[in-house]
Amino acid sequence: MDYKSDPNKIGKWERFFKWVNGEDSIDSVWEKEMRSKITGKRKKRRKTIEDTIERINSYSKKIYIILSVFITVVYIGILLYTVYELPEHGNPLNPANNEVSQRYIEHGVEETGALNIVSAMILDYRAFDTFGETVVLFTAVICVAILLRRTDEDKTDLEQDSFKSDRGDILKFAARLVFPIVVLYGIYVIINGHISPGGGFAGGTIIGAGLILYSAAFGDEKIKSILNYKSITVTTVSCLLIYFFSKGYSFFTGGNHIESVIPKGTPGNILSGGLILPLNICVGIVVACTMYGFYSYFTKGDI
Amino acid sequence: MIKLLTINHFEAAAVILFGIGFMNMLLQDNLIKKFIGLNIMDTAIYLYLVSYGYIEGHMAPIAEAGKAALAEEFINPVPSGLVLTGIVVSVSVTAFSLALIQRLYKKYGTLSFDEVLRKLRSGEANTYDSDS
Repeated sequence: MDYKSDPNKIGKWERFFKWVNGEDSIDSVWEKEMRSKITGKRKKRRKTIEDTIERINSYSKKIYIILSVFITVVYIGILLYTVYELPEHGNPLNPANNEVSQRYIEHGVEETGALNIVSAMILDYRAFDTFGETVVLFTAVICVAILLRRTDEDKTDLEQDSFKSDRGDILKFAARLVFPIVVLYGIYVIINGHISPGGGFAGGTIIGAGLILYSAAFGDEKIKSILNYKSITVTTVSCLLIYFFSKGYSFFTGGNHIESVIPKGTPGNILSGGLILPLNICVGIVVACTMYGFYSYFTKGDI
Repeated sequence: MIKLLTINHFEAAAVILFGIGFMNMLLQDNLIKKFIGLNIMDTAIYLYLVSYGYIEGHMAPIAEAGKAALAEEFINPVPSGLVLTGIVVSVSVTAFSLALIQRLYKKYGTLSFDEVLRKLRSGEANTYDSDS
C-alpha cells in the first residue's frame, strides 16, 4: 500500500489535536500509517530495525540486571558513607536527643497524666498526627473494598467456595479455647495503653487477629450476625468522628487557654491520662475492624 | 571507617537491608515478591529510626508513678512515635498494592510483571473479571 494514497492518513496537527483530546483511535491510525510507510518503501530498513530490536531485547535483560545491581551498590555506598558521618550510636549527647524529647519526658507525666511517654506524645501532643494515621488505615480499607468487593453476579460462584465448608474439630476446639484469651489480651493492651507499653494500634491488631481466627474457624455465617459491612462501617466512622471531635475540643480549649472539663486523673490509675484512654479505645476499634476487613476482603471478597 | 561502621552497626545494617529490599524490587519479576522487597525496605527504616533514638543504658520511656521522670533515664521517645506512623502507612500501602495485584491476576492470569506488560502491549486479557 502506498503511503500517499492511504485513506487513513491524517495531518500532523490533526493527529496532535486528536491526541490532546484523548481519542483512542489515534494509535491504530498511527500504527497503520507507520506500517504502510515501512512496507512500502523501507523493507530493508525495517528488517535491520527488527534485528536491532531483537538484539536489544536479548541484551536488555542482562543490561537491566547489571544496571540494577550497579545502582543498588552505588546507593548502598552513598548511604554507608552517610552512616559513617552520623553521630555515634547510643550517645546521650547526640543532636537528636535535644530539648524536644527532654520536654516530652520531663513534663509529659504532669501535663498529660499518662505514664507511657510515647502514648502521651502520639495521643496528646501530636494527636492529630495519629488521627491522620487512623484515617490512612480507614482509606486503605476503603480502597481494598473498592478493588475487591464482589458484585452481586459474582456471588453465585462464592457458594462453591471453601469458606462455607465444614472445619476440622481441632481448629474449632482450639479457636474456642484461644479466641476469648486473645480478645481479652487485646482489650488489656488497649486500656493499659497509657500506663504500660501498648496502645490502640497494638491492641487493635491483637483483637483483629482474634476475629480472623474466629472467622476462619467457625465460618462466615456465625460472625456475620455481628460483623457485617454495615456495622463495621458505622463503628469505624463513628470512632473516627468521636476521635476528631473530642481531640478537637481539647485542642481548642488548650490552644485558647480555656479550662478543659476533662480531668487528668492520678498518673498510674486506669482512669487517668485525660483523653488518652478513650482515644486509644477509638483507635483500637478502628484498627481491629480494619484488620478483619482486610482479611475478609482478600479471602471472601466481602465482609 | 570500619571502626565507625561497627559503632553505628545498627544504622549500617539498616542501610544494607534497605539496599537488599531495593534490589529485590528492581530484580524480582513476581509482583508479590516485589512488594515483599518493599516491606524489607520498610523494616530497614524502622530499624534505622529505633536505633537513632536509642541511648546507651537508658530505659524504655515508661515513667514510674509518683516519681519525677528525668531525661537522663529514658531513651528518645520521638523516633519511637515515628516508627508507629511508618508501620501504619506500610500496612496500608501493602494491603492496597496486594489488592491491585489480585485484580491484575484476575485480569491477566499471571503474577509476572513482564508477562503483564507483554499482554498489555498485545492487547490480550482474560475477561474473567465482569466489571473490568
